[in-house]
Amino acid sequence: MAITLFHYIALSAIIFTLGIVGIFLNRRNVIVILMCVELILLSVNLNLVTFSTSMSDMTGQVFSMFILTVAAAEAAIGLAIVVVYFRNRGSINIEKIDAMKG
Amino acid sequence: MSFIDFLPAISEIYLIICTLVLLLLGVFGLGHQLKRITSISLTALVGTILLIVLSPPQGSVVIFNGLFTVDNFVVMMKAITVVAALVSLLLTMDQVSNENDPTFFIPWEYPVLLLFSTLGMMVMISANDFMSVYIGLELHSLPLYVMAAIQRENLKSTEAGIKYFILGAVASGLLLYGISLTYGFAGSTNFDALEKLFASQQIISIGTLVGLVFILCGLAFKVAAVPFHMWSPDVYEGTPTTVTSFIASAPKIAAIAVILRIFYGPYHYLAAQWQLIVIVIAVFSMFVGAFGALQQKNIKRLLAYSSVSHIGYALVGIAAANHFGLQAVIIYMTLYVVSALGIFAALLTLRKSGKGITNISEFAGLSKTHPFSAVCMAIFMFSMAGIPPLAGFFGKFYVFMSAVQSSLYFLAVIGVLASVIGAYYYLRIIKIMYFDTTEASLDHMREGTTSKVIMTICGITLLTFFIASDWLLSLSAGAAETLLTSIP
Repeated sequence: MAITLFHYIALSAIIFTLGIVGIFLNRRNVIVILMCVELILLSVNLNLVTFSTSMSDMTGQVFSMFILTVAAAEAAIGLAIVVVYFRNRGSINIEKIDAMKG
Repeated sequence: MSFIDFLPAISEIYLIICTLVLLLLGVFGLGHQLKRITSISLTALVGTILLIVLSPPQGSVVIFNGLFTVDNFVVMMKAITVVAALVSLLLTMDQVSNENDPTFFIPWEYPVLLLFSTLGMMVMISANDFMSVYIGLELHSLPLYVMAAIQRENLKSTEAGIKYFILGAVASGLLLYGISLTYGFAGSTNFDALEKLFASQQIISIGTLVGLVFILCGLAFKVAAVPFHMWSPDVYEGTPTTVTSFIASAPKIAAIAVILRIFYGPYHYLAAQWQLIVIVIAVFSMFVGAFGALQQKNIKRLLAYSSVSHIGYALVGIAAANHFGLQAVIIYMTLYVVSALGIFAALLTLRKSGKGITNISEFAGLSKTHPFSAVCMAIFMFSMAGIPPLAGFFGKFYVFMSAVQSSLYFLAVIGVLASVIGAYYYLRIIKIMYFDTTEASLDHMREGTTSKVIMTICGITLLTFFIASDWLLSLSAGAAETLLTSIP
């Protein structure tokens, strides 16, 4: 069976859903949320690169380069905030992030 | 590519050079002089505003291979955004003077982050391609996450940072997924190319529509529209008040500008598809904002819910999808920012036994101890509630007018109902200020001149808006004209 465009899109959709579901089901650790965010961004990259090759258009590949770069910056900032929070609270358990009720 | 090609982006280039120089200055030596860094940042922002306003484009200019555009709409939205950033930085100046007080501690990185964030908003407003939308959006949100957690010894501030970061990251993930679907099914990320495609095509593929919904969700997160508003009350409450004044003003204008650029630009041809979604978001935002604010005791949480409902009113104008709607949204957001900044300026001038005000009941007796602040607060509250002849009334009036013009009578009626409910909590604050008494009165503040001046200017603007309303109306008409040149 040949791998078609549909398979790529389906795979990317599955990874994206895993990322979103992971964020909302995860009740333990903020780091897991950061991993889920990375999953979401990677699924987007997969989508873009797939479309880019199937259309022979470079835009998608350039875009995914930008996303990779920004994702690195985002992860750095996210981890920094988590570290600062841990120093104040002594825990990064999600159920304990409740100094303010939303 | 010659030097001339860079000229339309001159304000961004100027701002990035200033910001980088400031960052270096801060790292090497000036590090402990927040005051000096803040004043240099202020001059940088003033220069940016001058560059934006003094070099108006001839028609619409597109540079950098279609990534970046400048027209009247962009100039106006950028000017409002940068002025809002400038004012909220000015509000920091007063905090700088009591640097030793840990509750108001702001490190020197703050002005630099604010400049980076402003730069991101300018890029975002100028974007003519989803790629530059994304870059601008991230450049404006990443510094915002850090700014929310700027008081790193403070539990609430860091918690606000974490919440803002997580939800913001999910939002940009949703937005990106939408963009990738749009790219795949419509074949381009460029707004001009998309516009051509949607204008010629009768049947739109389902992938493009799914992409559109994801993009709308991502942007709704950024403006804190229901059902993506959960972060907003916590972030408003947790962050220091000066930072909140920034989060509540400039980013909202920028995000609304992007929504306008996308939905009145290429996606205007798909109005039939997205109109219902925007209507639903608008209705829920207005009501959740109104009912949520009713139970709040914390003034900043109340303001967060109030901004959710204000975004709802702005979305009414977007849902109208006609010429006048665009104009109404621009006016509404301008007036919203003026009143929001005014309220935060007023909040920053008030202290109770050395601490900032958090609880609404602490306003009791304000009319006796601080009669002038009380008058200004009353003006802001009446304006936000939409009581004529204050500016907020005209904002709401134009927005509902545009809905009626598109025969969305139902939406206009709902909007008026929501604003009646909303009026209750605005008036409650006025009642507390004027009729409640308390023994523990507020401190008498000598400092805070800048905040007082800003509060006064905002108050006068809102009070006398009806005299100059034609001016803003014609300005926004000019801005709307350039965005809608291609639309019949």
